[in-house]
Amino acid sequence: MIHEDLLRFRRARYAWWALCLVAMSVAIYATQGGRQRPGGGTWQGYVLGTLGALLIVWLALLGIRKRSYRSTLGSVQGWTSAHVWLGLALVLIATLHCAGLFGWNVHTLAYGLMCLVIASGIVGLYVYLSMPRQLAANSGGLSRAALFAELFGLDRQGRELARACDPVVGNAVRSSIERTSLGGGVLRQLLAIDRSLFMRTDPQQARPSGAALVVGNTDQRAVIDYVARRVPQAAKRAEAANLQALIVLLSRRQAVLRRIRRDIQLQAWLQLWLYVHVPLTFALIVALIVHILTTFMYW
Amino acid sequence: MATATSAEYHLAIVGAGPAGLSAAARAAQIDVREGRRTPSYVLLEASPKLAKTIQRYQKGKHVMAEPGFLGLRSDLRFGAGSREVILDTWTQDSARLAVNVRYGAEVKAIAGQRADFRLQLADGTSLRAATVVLAIGLEGNPRRLGVPGDQHEGVQYQLDDPREYLDETILVVGAGDAAIENALALSEQNDVWIVNRGKEFSRAKDANLAAILAAISDPRRRLACYYETRPRAVAPSDGDPRPLAVTLETPAGERLVHCHRLIARLGSDPARAFVESTGIRFPGPQREAIPALSRQYESNVPGLFVVGSLAGYPLIKQAMNQGYDVAEYAYGHQIKPADHPLLEWQFCGLPFQRETEDLLERFKSIVPMFRELNALAFRELVIESEVIAAYPDGPEYAEARRKVDSVQQSIADRPGQPRVTRVIREGDVIYDTGEFGTSFFTIAYGEVTLETPGPNPVTTQLKLGEFFGEMSLLSGRPRTERAVAGAGCILMETPRRTMIKLMSSNESVRNGIDWIFVVRELQRLFAPQASARELRDIAAQVAVRPFKAGELIFSEGEPGASLFIVRSGGVTLSRRRNDQNLMVAQVPAGQLVGEMSLMGDPQRRETARATVASELIEVQRPEFLRLSKRADAPLELLQQAASQHVAESARMEVRPEASSIMNFLMGQGLGEATNALVIDEALCIGCDNCEKACAETHGGISRLDRKAGASFAQVHIPISCRHCEQPHCMKDCPPNAIRRSANGEVFIDDTCIGCGNCQVNCPYGVIRMTYEAPRKPGLWSWLLFGAGPGVGEERNYEPTAAQKAKGKKATKCDACGSLSTGPACVQACPTGAAVRIGPDQFLDLADQRRR
Repeated sequence: MIHEDLLRFRRARYAWWALCLVAMSVAIYATQGGRQRPGGGTWQGYVLGTLGALLIVWLALLGIRKRSYRSTLGSVQGWTSAHVWLGLALVLIATLHCAGLFGWNVHTLAYGLMCLVIASGIVGLYVYLSMPRQLAANSGGLSRAALFAELFGLDRQGRELARACDPVVGNAVRSSIERTSLGGGVLRQLLAIDRSLFMRTDPQQARPSGAALVVGNTDQRAVIDYVARRVPQAAKRAEAANLQALIVLLSRRQAVLRRIRRDIQLQAWLQLWLYVHVPLTFALIVALIVHILTTFMYW
Repeated sequence: MATATSAEYHLAIVGAGPAGLSAAARAAQIDVREGRRTPSYVLLEASPKLAKTIQRYQKGKHVMAEPGFLGLRSDLRFGAGSREVILDTWTQDSARLAVNVRYGAEVKAIAGQRADFRLQLADGTSLRAATVVLAIGLEGNPRRLGVPGDQHEGVQYQLDDPREYLDETILVVGAGDAAIENALALSEQNDVWIVNRGKEFSRAKDANLAAILAAISDPRRRLACYYETRPRAVAPSDGDPRPLAVTLETPAGERLVHCHRLIARLGSDPARAFVESTGIRFPGPQREAIPALSRQYESNVPGLFVVGSLAGYPLIKQAMNQGYDVAEYAYGHQIKPADHPLLEWQFCGLPFQRETEDLLERFKSIVPMFRELNALAFRELVIESEVIAAYPDGPEYAEARRKVDSVQQSIADRPGQPRVTRVIREGDVIYDTGEFGTSFFTIAYGEVTLETPGPNPVTTQLKLGEFFGEMSLLSGRPRTERAVAGAGCILMETPRRTMIKLMSSNESVRNGIDWIFVVRELQRLFAPQASARELRDIAAQVAVRPFKAGELIFSEGEPGASLFIVRSGGVTLSRRRNDQNLMVAQVPAGQLVGEMSLMGDPQRRETARATVASELIEVQRPEFLRLSKRADAPLELLQQAASQHVAESARMEVRPEASSIMNFLMGQGLGEATNALVIDEALCIGCDNCEKACAETHGGISRLDRKAGASFAQVHIPISCRHCEQPHCMKDCPPNAIRRSANGEVFIDDTCIGCGNCQVNCPYGVIRMTYEAPRKPGLWSWLLFGAGPGVGEERNYEPTAAQKAKGKKATKCDACGSLSTGPACVQACPTGAAVRIGPDQFLDLADQRRR
């Protein structure tokens, strides 16, 4: 294969490594018995613990390897593939190390943090394996800058068309363009929440003429409906044609906006999981150090 | 000494660039030496200042003094430095030497010959001279608008510094690269209208085309376009604050537009037409052709000399040296040329006790192909080549080595390291099969053995006067044979650029190389045991045909009576099914196309088009039959290959998706790539670690742009060097700084003078002109203390004064030739999305992408 994904790298070489490691750990665990009950305190427990700690340190070193661009220690893809498989194996190794002995203490804290790091890693793995494809399919080969260029083009055309319309429609369209919102905070990006607005002037309502109401315009649906409702009321044929053109344009704009919003959402997922994974890793390392120190202190 | 004739001057020098100025300075010194009170020469310059081309460089541009190994011989001073310092020095020096120069003197015509030249000037006056030196360069004069008012001062034909203008309304007329680049640069802070006579920008290169179309449609850019519009008249405006009123003829009728200035970029009238009008002959119609000159720069018109870039010497120092020498020659003084020591060093390790100039003559007479060459061209060829001498292993070899080493030591302190003889042992491998190499070898003495591997290995002995290496030179493909130094062999290894220049300016060299190429290809493919003599008749019947990119070679369904050998470029084969053109095969250089029609199936089953600009050797049925009747004809191999092609084509035909991906790859110019970066969008997480890796391993400047570039079916081709078979960037590199390593990487060495030609010539926009990036703190200081901007290229870095003084240099991908792990971009990709692959893997790529 010319392009291999992370899991299949070199015929899933590191999956086999991980499997061997797990088998070895289970074998070591199984030799426990006799007077001492299984746990971190047996020699088997120490071996498994050391193995787990070394693994954690090595897994964390990916951050260094990724940025050591002159390194001759194998490709970053190889490292990442091994990171994934050995990281998954770590859950089992650590569990065997503690033999299911949990409590409200720093040891279990380290274990819990490790599980969180691995869980966030699994989210990241899912994101890495599934989202690039969706991202490419969504953008259709266009870069985000190109999508924005298209959007700005449509905005300009929309403003021009709006100028030729009844001021009520014109205001609505112009305001819908001005008050389109993209991006925003972390949650809004991750969930693609659309807080777009537009200004509606409703002649039927008992409001002073000219006063407009700012209303929600999620996915641009409201403004499209609003303009569409004006078509049957159009006084002249030219106006109707104008409104029809406007609806087509607003729909194209809606489509582009959907793509951009989806692009932002996917990109956010691709990046944001690391903001959980990496800080948790640091926390884990601190907890791990405390865990090891306290273990030796109470030996 | 030359006696004064009836002419006003003994010597008229046309053009006050580096060559002309240096010639005039020498003539001034000769006048002083010979006690003349009034100048016996005149320097004529069309523009109002000296060195027009250098004046036009942007402010503060750093001018290089390549080639370093060549000493300066001129009465003017010159060294690397800023444009201003160099122009100031020349102005001071020519004032000090009281150079007799006439500015604004545009020479319209030159007639006559030695002792009786008549120079007609644009202002209607004329003057006479006994000898003339043409040093007018290559640029020619810019084409004028040709409408009433085009002399107005607001109408300009060049743009020095786009930042000079702020918030002006500017019309840019033209649709070529210069017009587009000017318009884009000006629109940063001015309102710009680009006036295009046509409906589109068809002459622009792709990168510029994309940039101008994007800018025109981007509402935030202050740039708009008038299509199908031409200026009709220019007049001072009355009333409007903008001083120019331009009448435009638009599709909707005439329109008056006010602007601050109008910049016309309509190309230039090449200097060649003028040169030919003086009676000077060019050896061929090619753009690169240079006039045939004697060793003393004299053209076929006696008394008319040509120097500088017009004579094929684009570098300032070369031009100045020639100016000095040519002035001496014009006064009848015999001096040794400035480059004489270079030849001495190159010949220092040869087993001969002869005078350098003698040896040169002898070399020239040995090689039949070079006999017709004029002395100057041959001299240039040797200077730019590497001289290789093979000795038997033992005392002779040791002695020669010692001699060369001592010469090398004695010249070690010279800048730029002049070349000395390369001493090797007999039996050493000169190059090996599969190596990239584009140099060309000529045997001046002794023998060389060529060993072609394969199912039927063939060994060929080449003798004195013969040459080899033409295959890779012409096709850009790796070497197909191994060359081994034979007894007493002395070789000249000529770099590609020199050879291409020579081939395009000299017909006998071109024909000689073309012919041997055909012979060797026929030998390789059809008659491994045949000698060149046996194949001579057949080779004479075979035609080399050039095809433009996309041009039709043959169509599906027509009867075929010939086969084609792809000499350079590549061929796309497609079949028409259900109203769809399916690409079924991609044939690279060195392979056959259409051979089936001579081997059983007389009908063409595919349509063949040139993928990129290509050259094909067409072999007709009678010649093929003669070849296939030979006892050594490898018919079985040919048939095997043909059947394999048929099977592969069928495989592609039933898989339209793969075929459309191949189509996309070829559309992106990968047909001429040897190594291209291909990103799988289904795997790319957009982390840009590839770009960061590139910057971190290349002095802080990334040579690839991941986001840019086209995508299709989740295959993304980013802006990154493809290491073309025939690199476009190598075409016009004055210091010959762009080279190809044995592994195939095309890289730029540090003799780059920052002229930007390669950037303009690259159709894929992969070359950037950049200042050196500032040094950054190490990785750990960044990780632990947040020192510096972090990994990757620092956006909008500010170069230091020293870096600015060094000037911008061309930067491009070197495929990380210096890293043992291979390209850093690929190494650093965490998900395996980025790979670098060669043309033999394109089909697999298309094949595997059906997910």
